[in-house]
Amino acid sequence: MKQLLAFIRKEFYHVFRDKRTLLILFGLPVVQILLFGFALSSEVKNIGIAVLDNSHDVTSEEIVRRIKTSSYFLVKDPVLNYAEIENRFKTGEIKCALLFPSHLAEDLGRSGKAQVQVITDASDPNNATIAVSYITAILANYQQQLNHTASIPYQIIPQVRQLYNEEQNGSLNFIPGVIALIFMIVCTALTSVSVVREKELGTMEILLVSPFKPLMVLVAKAVPYLALSIVNFIIILVLSVFLLKVEIRGSLLLLFAESILFIITCLSLGLVISNQTNSQKTAMLISMMGMMLPTMLLTGFMFPLENMPWIFQALSHVIPSRYYYIIIKAVMLKGLGFSYVWKETLILAGMAVFLLIVSLKRFKVTLA
Amino acid sequence: MDNTFKDKAIVCKSLTKQFGDFKAVDQITFDVEQGEIFGFLGANGAGKTTAMRILCGLSHPTSGEATVAGYNVYKEAEKIKANIGYMSQKFSLYENLTVYENIEFYGGVYGLSRPEIKQRSEAMLNRLGLAAEAKKMVGELPLGWKQKLAFSVAVLHRPKIVFLDEPTGGVDPITRRQFWDLIYEAAADGITVFVTTHYMDEAEYCKRISVMVDGRVEALDSPGNLKKQFNTDSMDEVFLQLARRAKRS
Repeated sequence: MKQLLAFIRKEFYHVFRDKRTLLILFGLPVVQILLFGFALSSEVKNIGIAVLDNSHDVTSEEIVRRIKTSSYFLVKDPVLNYAEIENRFKTGEIKCALLFPSHLAEDLGRSGKAQVQVITDASDPNNATIAVSYITAILANYQQQLNHTASIPYQIIPQVRQLYNEEQNGSLNFIPGVIALIFMIVCTALTSVSVVREKELGTMEILLVSPFKPLMVLVAKAVPYLALSIVNFIIILVLSVFLLKVEIRGSLLLLFAESILFIITCLSLGLVISNQTNSQKTAMLISMMGMMLPTMLLTGFMFPLENMPWIFQALSHVIPSRYYYIIIKAVMLKGLGFSYVWKETLILAGMAVFLLIVSLKRFKVTLA
Repeated sequence: MDNTFKDKAIVCKSLTKQFGDFKAVDQITFDVEQGEIFGFLGANGAGKTTAMRILCGLSHPTSGEATVAGYNVYKEAEKIKANIGYMSQKFSLYENLTVYENIEFYGGVYGLSRPEIKQRSEAMLNRLGLAAEAKKMVGELPLGWKQKLAFSVAVLHRPKIVFLDEPTGGVDPITRRQFWDLIYEAAADGITVFVTTHYMDEAEYCKRISVMVDGRVEALDSPGNLKKQFNTDSMDEVFLQLARRAKRS
């Protein structure tokens, strides 16, 4: 135990004296969060919109007037039928269409309820979401004013249909994706590099000749990065909550437990990589290309998985961050409990155990 | 194995390591006395490193027997590891740790207590004249000092045997001489020294040397006797005559 502590202390010296490591460890998360938070989620203005107005009454015209006066939309020539909407989506002239049924004002007056349809081009999911939220806001605003004057509460319910990507995955829920990405980089790349560095330096030989157990070498390598990753996780959460105003809906405890599980998976992956190679450069390259790219592309946080060819969809099932992303999104953004994510947790735990066993087996092979 | 083995620091009997068809180490037999400085010579690729790895418990032999510090290399690798020190040709201290932190780390790995580490490192740094540099990063030290420090760290836990794998590579003659003074001091303290080298002047410093050719020990005696046996007055000549027998390279 004392041996292990001496080793762990040494690892911390390494981390805190290496500026590059420190930069990756603490600079990267901050930059990523700021970048994704501010650069990639800016407001969208002048969204092309077409209106199919079957009512032509006070209500529909008032709504169109309000849309026209907002700076978010550019109201194009009205369309006359459904097929025309499709065509104009295809030419890219409009990104959004608003359909009023006939007798809108009449319905509203009689039953206090009316429905309008919003259609968006969700091949660009972010913009589609934003357009929908703008229209919803405009309708809500109008509704409020109506309620103010009328005795019966009126309700206009937008029926939203998002074309080309009905589920709306890949919206602004980037925080869970960034967290997964950061853990992948920090845990996998830094751990593998720190083990391989000892091989390059020749100190690994000395360690293997010492009575220090090989298993303990792995533990001592993993523990500091586990601790640092948890610190990192806290930084990201604080930034998300206070700077980006993301609300953590679910249990914080569950969030931490799941994150630690994912960190362990990444660490094991880093150890497996470090057993495959003897050079720091190769280790870095494998971690970056082999782990980071799939995390960015195949977890569904930047590009919706549903739109990908089946082969990539199939490939995404072996990527740990895919499951972590689902879990974090569910717990953090939707506020769901463990009963909703146990399947993903189980898969992640299975991966962690498998990778740990592989790294241990491999480590012994290098001894013989 | 009989009891006479217990008195020897290292015993090898028909020790063999085979990789496929290739016999890296081929039936080597020798022993090393306690407190002896034993030179382990051979051209590159002769099998020195493989043999040394077996003796350090890093690799299992294919056949044959060997004991190190009285422990069997097959079954008691852990006990062997606790009783040996090791210094490799690659420089093996951490450059971005201070001199004292390196000592602290290796002392810790070998299970020394903090007061022990403190006391021994003080004595060691004073002997090396490095007391003022204790808080300096090892990376800032000149190579000769690093090597001397690495050796002192390798014997910090007072092992019975220390294995040195080409410890003086790339070091100037004066520093090499000082390095050998350290080796003599260790031997005088009762530590057995098992050293590989390519420098023949260093071979002369050893009490006995063995020369490996193609995985076999072709000669084993004191440097004086070997020179007589090969009818020459230089160790260089002895080594060359033996190395020319090599069929593989």
